Amino acid sequence: MEIDKTLVKKIASLSKINVKEEEVKKFSNELSKIITWIDKLNEVKTDNVTPVTNPSDIKIPIRDDKVNDGKIKEKILKNAPETKGGYFIVPKVVE
Amino acid sequence: MNDLKDINIEKSLELLKTKKISSKELVEFYLTEAESKKNLNAYISLNLDNAINLAKESDKRISSNKMRALEGIPIAVKDLFCTQNFLTTAASGMLQNFIPTYESTVTQKLWDAGAILIGKTNLDEFAMGSSNETSFFGSVINPLSINNKKYVPGGSSGGSAAAVAANIALAATGTDTGGSIRQPASYCGIVGLKPTYGRCSRWGIIAFASSLDQAGPMTKTVKDAAILLDIMAGYDNKDSTSANLDDINFSKSFDKIKKLKVGIPKQYKSDKLSPEIVKLWEDGIDYFKKKNCTVIDIDLPHTDYALATYYIISSAEASSNLARYDGVRYGKRQSSNDITTLYEQTRSQGFGNEVKRRIMIGTYVLSAGYYDAYYLKAQKVRSKIIDDFNQAFEKVDVIFTPTAPSDAFEQGTKIDDPIQMYLNDVFTVPASLAGLPAISVPIGLSQNGLPLGFQIIGKRFDENSVLAAGKIIEDCANFGEKK
Repeated sequence: MEIDKTLVKKIASLSKINVKEEEVKKFSNELSKIITWIDKLNEVKTDNVTPVTNPSDIKIPIRDDKVNDGKIKEKILKNAPETKGGYFIVPKVVE
Repeated sequence: MNDLKDINIEKSLELLKTKKISSKELVEFYLTEAESKKNLNAYISLNLDNAINLAKESDKRISSNKMRALEGIPIAVKDLFCTQNFLTTAASGMLQNFIPTYESTVTQKLWDAGAILIGKTNLDEFAMGSSNETSFFGSVINPLSINNKKYVPGGSSGGSAAAVAANIALAATGTDTGGSIRQPASYCGIVGLKPTYGRCSRWGIIAFASSLDQAGPMTKTVKDAAILLDIMAGYDNKDSTSANLDDINFSKSFDKIKKLKVGIPKQYKSDKLSPEIVKLWEDGIDYFKKKNCTVIDIDLPHTDYALATYYIISSAEASSNLARYDGVRYGKRQSSNDITTLYEQTRSQGFGNEVKRRIMIGTYVLSAGYYDAYYLKAQKVRSKIIDDFNQAFEKVDVIFTPTAPSDAFEQGTKIDDPIQMYLNDVFTVPASLAGLPAISVPIGLSQNGLPLGFQIIGKRFDENSVLAAGKIIEDCANFGEKK
């Protein structure tokens, strides 16, 4: 399957990655080759096969439903590019 | 100090215990060696401030008979494990200044056993690559390079493999998603073990593909791999896929396993396989027969589809895991007055090309309209691949294959062709998809004079048989003498 330039731009936008106009063609070529290569999976019959999300048969454990904020607010904020009064700062989102 | 050249963990522990050497001497030796071989670019950072002080503390414990399992042993750690208050980058521009406020479970277990962090090793960016050429901090050079050219150490744990091979680390940790411990171990002539999915906690390891990622040891000998696994393995309630099993003392039990049934999958015998690898494979089969093992041909019919399955699943999980790098909570930020521009600029400047490619492939296969055709399809083929192994393991204890289709290649020869690069993982990816333990052990040299490793795959949670089979190859191949 071909990933044309319009589709590259759509995928880039969904991925929140800015792709420059001159890079679009390069990504279109590369992604098309990769997707064409993985298209070979269509040769495998998979009717009535259960999909696998995880190779382990471990049941996901459930912990007690207790509020626990970890009491590590300062640690969590320590690597943030910008904080104020215990919050992460981002540009204005709502006008 | 020249006698430290061929030392390993097993021997070091003996020398420390009998006080023939101090931990301080050992740590100083590796720091000095690492500084003198900076050209390999195997380390991103060295623990120059702390390692010697920690060694002095270990020496005190040893003299007061309080020696722990890995007391005073210097260990290099792949820079994908978060280390508290110590730079952790994932070899990405996105995390070039990231200082974690917490320690990964696996590294904490090592330090609690007395091991000492010597430095953080280079890798492919976010562990995505097979040549260690995608690192933000530059490529790693294979210490066994020939003809005055620069060869790749393999990847993604290329820095760890190069460091052990160059003896600028006594041993290292790695992580393996599709072959990232085993393939570089093969290229650098060392031992690399990927344990069963769930054996070692993933907590605090920067995530690439969460249903595949697994930590493991990269060492000079099979015994050393078992010694490290003893400490690295174990249940952790902070990782929801961590296996809650009784502790096993691998290093004291694996060599009691004898008379293994060894499977040879016919689908791995491709026409494209070089005659030298075919020859080494036959040698390996002879080694097993000599040690009273039975060798049986087996079928893994869906092998040919493993790589495509892997690239769909790993890229999908990567696109989801790497969504967290948004310039808000940690890592790089490219400021803007507009939130979407902030995200897009941060991510386009912070990630390298290979990472962007995989995020975009992953985003595509998960997107509306394509999810069933790609992601769901891959999950179903994965199920078939697991079934193949389940059936094979009704007949055999372990499976014996080459680790990679070739020896190490020159830098720059495959980096512009993603699919050629992905093909390096053709033999390692199936065991990853099935979550099985697998080891790479050096078996001989190629005609170019570069190392080649072979892989042993085992049943889930049967690392002991994998280690036992690995020890047979190690003993019979006598690789140390061939180097």
